[in-house]
Amino acid sequence: MTGSPFFRMEKINKIYRMGEQQAHVLRDVDLSIEPGEYLSVLGPSGSGKSTLMNIIGCLDTATSGRYVLQGQEIEDLNEEELARIRSREIGFIFQNSQLLSRLTAQKNVELPLIYAGVPPKERRKKALEMLEKVGLIDWRDHYPNQMSGGQQQRVAIARALVGNPSILLADEPTGALDQKTGRQVMGLFSELNDEGRTIVMITHDMNIAGYARRIVRIVDGVLSEGGNAADA
Amino acid sequence: MLEKPRKTLIMLKECVVMSLDNIRGNRVRSFLTILGILIGVMAVIALITTVSGFSGSLSRSFLSMGAGTLSVSVTGSDLKTGMTAADLTELAQMDEVDGLIPNVSLRSRVARGGSYKTNVTVSGKNMYYFQNTDNVVGRGRMINIVDEENMSRVCLISSGMVETFFYGVDPVGENIYIDALTFLVVGIIGEKTVSTVADMMSGSPDILIPYTTALKMNNESLVTSFTVSLAEGVDSQAASEALEAKMDAMFSFEEDCFTITTMSSIEDTMDSILSMVSTLLAGIASIALLVGGIGIMNMMLTTVTERTVEIGLKKALGAIPWQIQVQFLMESFLLSMIGGLLGVALGLGLSLILSRVMGTAFQISYGAIALGVGFSAAVGILFGWAPARKASRLNPIDALRSM
Repeated sequence: MTGSPFFRMEKINKIYRMGEQQAHVLRDVDLSIEPGEYLSVLGPSGSGKSTLMNIIGCLDTATSGRYVLQGQEIEDLNEEELARIRSREIGFIFQNSQLLSRLTAQKNVELPLIYAGVPPKERRKKALEMLEKVGLIDWRDHYPNQMSGGQQQRVAIARALVGNPSILLADEPTGALDQKTGRQVMGLFSELNDEGRTIVMITHDMNIAGYARRIVRIVDGVLSEGGNAADA
Repeated sequence: MLEKPRKTLIMLKECVVMSLDNIRGNRVRSFLTILGILIGVMAVIALITTVSGFSGSLSRSFLSMGAGTLSVSVTGSDLKTGMTAADLTELAQMDEVDGLIPNVSLRSRVARGGSYKTNVTVSGKNMYYFQNTDNVVGRGRMINIVDEENMSRVCLISSGMVETFFYGVDPVGENIYIDALTFLVVGIIGEKTVSTVADMMSGSPDILIPYTTALKMNNESLVTSFTVSLAEGVDSQAASEALEAKMDAMFSFEEDCFTITTMSSIEDTMDSILSMVSTLLAGIASIALLVGGIGIMNMMLTTVTERTVEIGLKKALGAIPWQIQVQFLMESFLLSMIGGLLGVALGLGLSLILSRVMGTAFQISYGAIALGVGFSAAVGILFGWAPARKASRLNPIDALRSM
């Protein structure tokens, strides 16, 4: 597998049609990353970065172009096959952590495993391992509203990691956090990357993007290499 | 290959837990939603249980009266308006007949001392009735042939009458006024079982007197209604025909002078009335279930809209559309089942109370329970289908965008 990219996008275009109007959101995007890379996609709002993330995360498919993830062509898959790839390959982290308020931290972390059909005992074991990893093992029986924003985001990270995905996909992971907790979350990301986890992070914040090892910029749907972290 | 069913089972189990969480999380709304189903099922259960208990009691009273009775009602012709004592004796002597009981009833004003009671059921009977009815005489003596022939003013009174008129006094040997005539109380009616159709229709009589006395009080000399007890082993259809032939002769072969009703024909009529009532009420109950189903559908549609983000999130976490659909379907199914089971419990409670009040037998109808539970399961799945499908088809991007 060495040498072959983790994923490769070739001439990806995304066009939304809303009645008469067309929105050309992504224009001929070429992007590939290697296993173990830590990439951030930097762009202002409305630049198409969320659409790009949806396509990387197999939540959406491109209008044209080619996307190969872990050796698998994505364009031709149906909704169910996409769901299976998401379940196996991708760990999502959202801006507002998006925990289910009726479930405890542990149950929230178990959620992806439920849909993967993992038996309860194993689910529990893995969820607790992940909570341990993000330093929230003592909070396993707490509900999201009993935790701080930073803790909630760490639970969300544990949830993203629990299925052992090959890539972590984060959309503004510090957007709802203050600077200090934001830095803590970024520290956790760096640790995960050091362990060899591939990470793609979407942000509009230069400082946050700077934690990544490689930065690409996106403006009006056009992607450009932004050099490395040192330039940021 | 066994991997897939096992995974499905794990997910289903989790769906149940999550659905119950959601139902519990919206306690008031869930309760209001299931109310329709609850009332519908409760009505179905109470109805079927009560009706089957009622018809059970009915057929048991028919059985206790014995299949071997016929009831005859006489309209008469211009020349002959009823049956004379001689006619009755003649009929009683037939081979097919064991004996017969004339039914003469009055609604009377009964008085003693300073107290009185109107609209008391007074029933005229003959000796045969007393000889062939269990427990008819609680205390004292029965009405005998001498009373009958002399039109004696003697009576037996019910325990209710004793309470009304003879508080602290032994009634046997005392006098009582029935429609301003003095009667001697010779006995007290025992706790007898219903013995004739006439009794069942008019309720148990409060006072029994000789039928001859009753006829005289009515200013009549002819009997127009009586019950025939058949001799043992006689087929009621054959007996009915023999009786008809005999009575035709008595009425000079004029048409439509009397009707003979067999027990089984009464029972058939009762059954058809009961089943008509059941059908009608079942129709009403099914409307309640339909309304309940619409309530569930409404709540599920609201829930799907409210939980758009959650659905998007679950899809992002790898839930396939089918799993989302099953989860919402499970929720509406469980919601409906909770309503159904509560309805069954309340329906059984209600019919227990009804059976106590109406004095009929309480018998649990497993068919009715199965029907109630089955109906609510069907309603849950049927009306949950569209909302669940809507949830499963939500585009995860649109769903997540609204967060």
